Amino acid sequence: MKELILVIVGAALVNNIILSQFQGLCPFLGVSKKTDTAAGMGAAVIFVITLASLVTSIIYKCVLVPLDITYLQTIAFILVIAALVQFVEMFLKKSMPSLYQALGVFLPLITTNCAVLGAALTNVQKEYNILFSVFNGLGTAIGFTLAIVLLASIRESIEDNDIPVNFKGSPIVLITSGLMAIAFMGFAGLI
Amino acid sequence: MNKCMERLYNGIIKENPTFVLMLGMCPTLATTTTAINGMGMGLTTTAVLIFSNLIISSLRKIIPDRVRIPAYIVIVASLVTIVQLLLQAFIPSLNESLGIFIPLIVVNCIILGRAEAYAAKNGPVESAFDGIGMGLGFTLGLTCIAVFRELLGSGSVFGIEIIPEAYNISIFGLAPGAFFVLAGLTALQNKFKMPSATNGAGGESVLACGGNCSRCTGSACMANHATLETRRLQAEEDALAAKKAAVARKQAELSEKLDKKEN
Repeated sequence: MKELILVIVGAALVNNIILSQFQGLCPFLGVSKKTDTAAGMGAAVIFVITLASLVTSIIYKCVLVPLDITYLQTIAFILVIAALVQFVEMFLKKSMPSLYQALGVFLPLITTNCAVLGAALTNVQKEYNILFSVFNGLGTAIGFTLAIVLLASIRESIEDNDIPVNFKGSPIVLITSGLMAIAFMGFAGLI
Repeated sequence: MNKCMERLYNGIIKENPTFVLMLGMCPTLATTTTAINGMGMGLTTTAVLIFSNLIISSLRKIIPDRVRIPAYIVIVASLVTIVQLLLQAFIPSLNESLGIFIPLIVVNCIILGRAEAYAAKNGPVESAFDGIGMGLGFTLGLTCIAVFRELLGSGSVFGIEIIPEAYNISIFGLAPGAFFVLAGLTALQNKFKMPSATNGAGGESVLACGGNCSRCTGSACMANHATLETRRLQAEEDALAAKKAAVARKQAELSEKLDKKEN
């Protein structure tokens, strides 16, 4: 139990997927204009990464390792993730329309998001078993949501500030992210 | 031949993926800690890009339109696996330092973007040259950023010490430094009004991703457009139905009133 919590904290805060691993930057910079869209994207990412960690880890342990074809992991994982996102989208559309209404626009964006594939590959790299993989995926996704919601709320509150004209737009967003990365470096001693 | 040269110029200068299109931000920030790493990442991506453009362009008449994105992903993933195995065998040190970003080339938007925007519409030779141009442009961008970060962060360029250790600003070699360097770069582009995706006059978009990527042709965007379109149609239908219902209700009320009056 203690180890599982450590895995979640480590993935969410210490090795934050955006601010220290640099994966999933496109949605981080693109979808962070408003807090509620950012939260929607975060929720969709939590959903997909946790599910993808479970499925890819099962496929790795039960198909790739017994057949001794682990070098095919990249191909296998990306196909599984693409199919999974499509499937999740269809499933939500049919059975949970309200959730689909909230997350639907974000789901296709996630297929080619490197955070999902990155989480699946990290699970393999760190030799986690299936349970640990799911928790690592959950922690990673929580870290993503935390970072994107924080950035969105900062961006909302600095929107009317007097920023030097050349720094308006993406430069100030990048500087904000850099300062957030410094803050997150403080978590390094946590574990 | 002229067209091939034009492709090279286009990739390296006119539509440079790092400086102008602002594509592939994850490897740009993550692998530019030292000049060698940045250049290695750029050249690895170039290799994948040339062959993916070549293969996709040769197969463009065979791949059915509806399954083209999965087909492209399989081709790119196979190439990335080959490159990864080659790196493991011949340049293990580079493979070690780039780590997870080698397999993540599969989801680099430059590769799928070029496949959709160029290779799917043009012949194999031009597409290969487009791959070389774009790849070299990416390599150039990564190397420039990496040289700058290495010089400020550890005082050396390609491992050769230039600034003594006492004057190093080590934050530029760490994660936050990547954001600061890119922020400085985009601010300079704004200052000199250079063409760049970050200061392009991209109007407000309804896309969830912010839609600040006028040239992006990723599959995600298309699916997103489709979703938004169906949702808009659905909303229009709902509004129409609501209007009809309101009219019908009014008519019923009117006829009821008339009935009462007649009585």
